Amino acid sequence: MAQPSDPPEQRAALDAFARRHRLRPVEALPWLAMIAAYFVFPDYLALGAQILATILFGLSLDLVLGYAGIITLGHAAFFGTGAYTAGVLAAHHWGEPISGLVAAGLAAGLVGFATGAVILRTSGLTLLMQTLVVAAMLSELANKATSVTGGADGLQGMDVWPIFGTFRFDLFGRVAYIYCALVLLICWLAVRAVVYSPFGRSLTGIRENVLRMHAIGAPVRRRKLVVYTISAALAGVSGALIAQTAQFVGLGVYSLQQSGTILIMLIIGGIGQLYGAFIGVPLYMIAQDRFSEIDPVYWYFWIGLFMIVMVIFARGGVIGLGERILRRIRKPS
Amino acid sequence: MEDFLSAAISIAFHGLALAMVLYLISVGLSVTMGLMGFVNLAHGAFAMAGGYAFTTLMNRYNVPFPLALIAAVIIVVAISIVLERLLYRRLYGGNELDQVLMTIGLIFMTVGAATYVWGPVAQPMRLPAALSGQIHIGTRDFPTYRSFMILCGMVLVTGLWLGLERTRFGAQVRAAVDNLRMAQSIGINTTRLFALTFALGSGLAALGGALGADFLQIQPGYALDNLVYFLIVVAVGGLGSIRGPFVAALLVGISDTAFKYIAPELGAFFIYALTMALLLWRPHGLFGRA
Amino acid sequence: MSALTNNISAVEAASAATPSLETQRLCKNFGALPVASDIDFRLERGARHALIGPNGAGKTSFVNLVTGVLTPSAGRILLGGEDITQLSRAARVKRGLVRTFQISALFRRLSLIENVTLAIAERDGTAGDLIRPAGRYRAPIEEAYALLETLGLADEAARPVYELAYGRQRLADIAVSLALKPKVLLLDEPAAGVPSGETGAIIDMIERLPADIAVLIIEHDMDLVFRLANRITVLVQGGVLIEGKPRDIAADVQVRQVYLGERDPR
Repeated sequence: MAQPSDPPEQRAALDAFARRHRLRPVEALPWLAMIAAYFVFPDYLALGAQILATILFGLSLDLVLGYAGIITLGHAAFFGTGAYTAGVLAAHHWGEPISGLVAAGLAAGLVGFATGAVILRTSGLTLLMQTLVVAAMLSELANKATSVTGGADGLQGMDVWPIFGTFRFDLFGRVAYIYCALVLLICWLAVRAVVYSPFGRSLTGIRENVLRMHAIGAPVRRRKLVVYTISAALAGVSGALIAQTAQFVGLGVYSLQQSGTILIMLIIGGIGQLYGAFIGVPLYMIAQDRFSEIDPVYWYFWIGLFMIVMVIFARGGVIGLGERILRRIRKPS
Repeated sequence: MEDFLSAAISIAFHGLALAMVLYLISVGLSVTMGLMGFVNLAHGAFAMAGGYAFTTLMNRYNVPFPLALIAAVIIVVAISIVLERLLYRRLYGGNELDQVLMTIGLIFMTVGAATYVWGPVAQPMRLPAALSGQIHIGTRDFPTYRSFMILCGMVLVTGLWLGLERTRFGAQVRAAVDNLRMAQSIGINTTRLFALTFALGSGLAALGGALGADFLQIQPGYALDNLVYFLIVVAVGGLGSIRGPFVAALLVGISDTAFKYIAPELGAFFIYALTMALLLWRPHGLFGRA
Repeated sequence: MSALTNNISAVEAASAATPSLETQRLCKNFGALPVASDIDFRLERGARHALIGPNGAGKTSFVNLVTGVLTPSAGRILLGGEDITQLSRAARVKRGLVRTFQISALFRRLSLIENVTLAIAERDGTAGDLIRPAGRYRAPIEEAYALLETLGLADEAARPVYELAYGRQRLADIAVSLALKPKVLLLDEPAAGVPSGETGAIIDMIERLPADIAVLIIEHDMDLVFRLANRITVLVQGGVLIEGKPRDIAADVQVRQVYLGERDPR
């Protein structure tokens, strides 16, 4: 592909460019950590399962925010739709988990497609606003449709069947943990494929300079809608995971807090780097868990302060910080 | 027919009162967003702060109503000046995500702080005797306080609009909203303008939060729970506009009241649907500019 | 027989005469403000045409109208004889109408070669693929590298664009446009903001553009204009003042008046 006449550094650079998508050994780290955690923290597997499901939620947000540059404060709309879909199914005599996941993904994806087709024509503040409104609308629907969703009291009576008829969700969260880990693995592989595909590359173009994307003939609105739909479906799956492992769905799944905190978690890890969620979500959730033992009410104060400090001093999250440190180490100074 | 007319008047009245509150709170947001291009999601926190200061002064320290109101506004204006200088100024012209993140962080902080100081329960508002009860207007009785709210609102709105048209400050704001670079090049000190506008907007929000404490409960989640409404008023009205949010606030206030009365099962659903439709028809709001 | 050959040569003559880009009575008003007034413009095949005029004359607006960024209030736009007035930006690009931007509009944090491959992927239709890794599509990468080589940019192919010197970024801008295999190329102030030491490379690149591309250059730098263009249109306050050969334009009294406040008459 590169010519023999090219200087070797060029050839190397081009080959590296063409092979970006290959799995690197370091990418096994999160999965090894997950497996290790299963054995090292057997008492925390329920929390662990929640963390894994939330990582998927963060991953879905990274697709639209970190890769396509769509700023949304309403991603909980899809999370909540997935949660309620899986929940309502399980509460109405269809507790099969895998099909519940699929249904949740489809429902959320549909909502994503329908709302995206309508609101992605706008951008900036108007778009941000619309995302808030969509989530608020769905929250209100869930609030009022008491017979189906349980309203403000939450959805009761979920009965989730054992996975494949054999693996019953146990009190220790062992099955839940493995279940969430495997679903996360499959979804992560899919997201990874999208990110490294030509479509995914064009998303980074949209993020970097949408004007130029139009000027090179890219169907920008269509691309945004596709990624928004995929992201919504994944968020729905993550909501379903939470619902199925907790066997409960409350109105909070649609809340602005939900959309805001997943944004914060992702920012902490770093956006547009594929692994931001894997770092930010556990950090946030474990910190919150620890904090709730000490000082349950005031978590929001400290995390708010942390965000402000981060924005002013350390944008790029943990990954960005790591990159800066690496660059400084590498520089012969 | 009698009932219908009576209901309509009732809805109009209460809707107007709500609209006043929404407008007072949101107009500052509209101007700062239009002027500085800054996405200040934490704007509701200033309204909340006004509400907390006001109710605390009245309830805990027995400060009389008018004094408490003025003091609350002054306190919040002072806080807003400090915040603008320390935090907001760093992110003017910055990227939108940073602004969203910072202001969300700020909201979260207010949630935590308010819970710490006042606890999770909504603050009660004790009305002075002069403003409680009913007042007789024409053939009907209306709640005195809400009538006062409407009157107050009208006075403030008129003052605001006149101020914008007649004063030099107002002219500068209008010029800067229209074309910032041009305004700078004709010597308008935009840094000072931003600071003053921010303070004014926050002060009005504090007033709206204090006066409207019986509509929008003063509780720690205030800024988050009501954010959608404030943004709806601003977005539907049009960024940078002073009159736009007034029309939008009227729409929201009256529709919300009407629907709560006519079809409470739908709740706020209709407002949201209406907002989406309006923004699709006019993405820059009813009175915004492209 | 002779009628047939007459018809054939008539058709040939007609297609030879069809301009690559044409606007007919193109108008755009922002409220009461006319940004374009009745612009009749022809860009011939293989043209090297310059659009000049004082600041605020509406040159970039003209490009925005032609490329679809702005919607005209009245008038038509024709690309190779086809009416494109209703088409989207992307559709016009697909038909060969390509532009560059006055301020470098590149994908800043992406590498130079990625910038070009993105354009090629859009052109050859592979950009919509959700599944196969982009790196497996060798052809766009090879083509991008070859293009960068011909433009002397290959040694910086792997560097992120924001690291390049501004003059090189302007060249990269043109490279991305060329990757789209344009039939009509609109260069919006290609040398704007470039230090004088680096403008030479840009002029070279424009001079070496394939002869079958019709090129319209918006420029303020008169030396550049007179060197590169064989036809000039002067735009003033949204309307065409005059059009003609460079020498005639330079000598025209009205043109001198229009520019008198802007530069020393030499």
